[in-house]
Amino acid sequence: MSRKNKKYDRERWGLKESICTFIPGTKDFGTMRSRQARQGVAFILPFIIGFIFFMLTPMLNSIRMSFSTVVQNPGQGYSYTFIAFRNYQNALGVDPGFNKYLVEEISRMGVNAIATIVMSFVVAVILNQNFKGRTLARAIFFLPVILSSGVLAGIESQNEFYDMMAGMAEAVGKSSGVNISAALQDLLSVSGIGSGVFTVLFDMIDAIYDIVMASGIQIIVFLSGLQAISPSLYEAADVEGCTAWEAFWKITFPMVSPLLLVNTIYTIIDFFMKNDNRVMERINTVMYSQFDFGMASAMSWIYFGVAILFIGISAIIINRGVHYYED
Amino acid sequence: MKTDASAVKHVSKRDTKYVVKSKIKKYGISIARGLLLFGLCFMIIQPLIIRFSTSLMVESDLYDSTIVLLPRHVTLDNYKIVADLTNLPRSILNTLWTSLLVSVCQVIACTLVGYGFARYSFPLKKFWFACVVLLIIVPPQTIQTSLYVQFASFDLFGLIPALGGKPLNLRTSIVPYVLMSLTCMGLKDGLYIYMLRQYFKGIPKSLEEAAYVDGCSTMHTFLKIMLPDALPTIASCFLFSFVWQWTDLFYSRNFLSSYSIYSVQLSSIVSRMSRYFAQGSDVAVVVPNARQQQLIFVGVLICSVPLIILYIFTQRTFVESIAMSGSKE
Repeated sequence: MSRKNKKYDRERWGLKESICTFIPGTKDFGTMRSRQARQGVAFILPFIIGFIFFMLTPMLNSIRMSFSTVVQNPGQGYSYTFIAFRNYQNALGVDPGFNKYLVEEISRMGVNAIATIVMSFVVAVILNQNFKGRTLARAIFFLPVILSSGVLAGIESQNEFYDMMAGMAEAVGKSSGVNISAALQDLLSVSGIGSGVFTVLFDMIDAIYDIVMASGIQIIVFLSGLQAISPSLYEAADVEGCTAWEAFWKITFPMVSPLLLVNTIYTIIDFFMKNDNRVMERINTVMYSQFDFGMASAMSWIYFGVAILFIGISAIIINRGVHYYED
Repeated sequence: MKTDASAVKHVSKRDTKYVVKSKIKKYGISIARGLLLFGLCFMIIQPLIIRFSTSLMVESDLYDSTIVLLPRHVTLDNYKIVADLTNLPRSILNTLWTSLLVSVCQVIACTLVGYGFARYSFPLKKFWFACVVLLIIVPPQTIQTSLYVQFASFDLFGLIPALGGKPLNLRTSIVPYVLMSLTCMGLKDGLYIYMLRQYFKGIPKSLEEAAYVDGCSTMHTFLKIMLPDALPTIASCFLFSFVWQWTDLFYSRNFLSSYSIYSVQLSSIVSRMSRYFAQGSDVAVVVPNARQQQLIFVGVLICSVPLIILYIFTQRTFVESIAMSGSKE
């Protein structure tokens, strides 16, 4: 406890001391502590400058834009007219498609995020075992981080042909029963048990390519967590007569659970920023084709608000179940 | 003696049964594992194979339903067409030097900032770190509109008009983006700061203290002791930054629009096709969808092959840094 208090003191800066640190001639200016503090600030100075000018200013500006109509005057820059919440109302109520896309993307994200986490955890557990070609498998699973980034992610789905082919494949699958998941779905939905659950499940199975492509980083993070577990824990459990199944739930899962939070947040952010996201497309259209900057900003803020809400909720839920191991 | 021997025999018989059973279990598990892993890996690799084989086909091969994977007539014409469509040697060279420049700037800035956060105590440190987290979670798209406006009439935060000059239009130069990279506001910079901070935190503090005791200055300690130690992590941040910048569309489209960047060219390749195939005649040519798709495949391949080669040689660096940053503080 005392150690913690001491640390707390070291990191603690009173108001007077903080100000004196940066003003020459004052009492606290010459101390080792304030000299160190000045060095620290010097190190992070690029970030402070950048954050204020390229993040905070545009953010405030963007909030202002979202509450006004922006008109571009040739050669004069831009003029703003304050219209309160009109842009937000328009984005949610008037704009064709925006709220539909928003709901669609969010529900898709909810399902895919859970599937990605589960999938990457299972793959990480498998990759953590000893077998031939482990390095190769690890390398291949990480490949999507490179191959599905930026322009490479969205380019193919933008093509009409792709949509047409997907539609055709679906039709063929339905009629001839070639598509295994569709056939299974038919079978199970006939039996009438919780068809809603099955629909979600089969959507996941159909989306497995997307899920694997999105889980490169998460697999590595889980894998590192798994490798950090000391083998002696398993030995002790084994001696006590613990089965592999029990060991998994009592040792592996709790030890890796802190990483669940990191991975969930990463997955959600990753999903929200993807290029092939339809909400993003809509925002881009409004901005670059219709030049309605106010509306585009309002849409972005709604989108960001939803993202934050999601991250917050999942952080709270996960933090409940997480076990932090202290040594 | 005799009883002992029979006991041994008995035990060994039971043992054999147990051994056989456990062997079957072991092989069963490894076969199931192998199948699962092979399936998933195949799913990741398969698009590459299909793209490659399609890229070599003649147009008529695309419509021949007897051809699945192997092209009947191998041709390299598609590569030539895509090279013309995307302004090739120029655009890839532009992509190369901009990616290098930007990622070097990013890594330098992020290393300094990461070190500052990991090692020093100063007023408002928690606040600034919360800002780093904010940087990670705010999509750059949220602020793109106002950045667009800001750089369209850039006045150096009010300095230029004060000195009697006119606001500059920086949207056509690389300067804004380099400035942003140098101040940690580029593509995914929050993540790199986080990764580097995490690494620097893990280096024992006594290393620096020893250096200070021996009379080493702050800068000297940082350059001579901390940097060489952190080199692998810095290298992997550089690689990530380079690769993501290479494929990036968002920043390239917003800030580098005058440079003919490959990713931007690739994203608008479809719209340029019909004009290209109509060359010499006034009749508008409708490019068949399959053909469009094939040319997109070629474009994607040209973009990703250099990255795959880079990845093959630097695979370890990529993977290990992520493994490190995942560990909880």
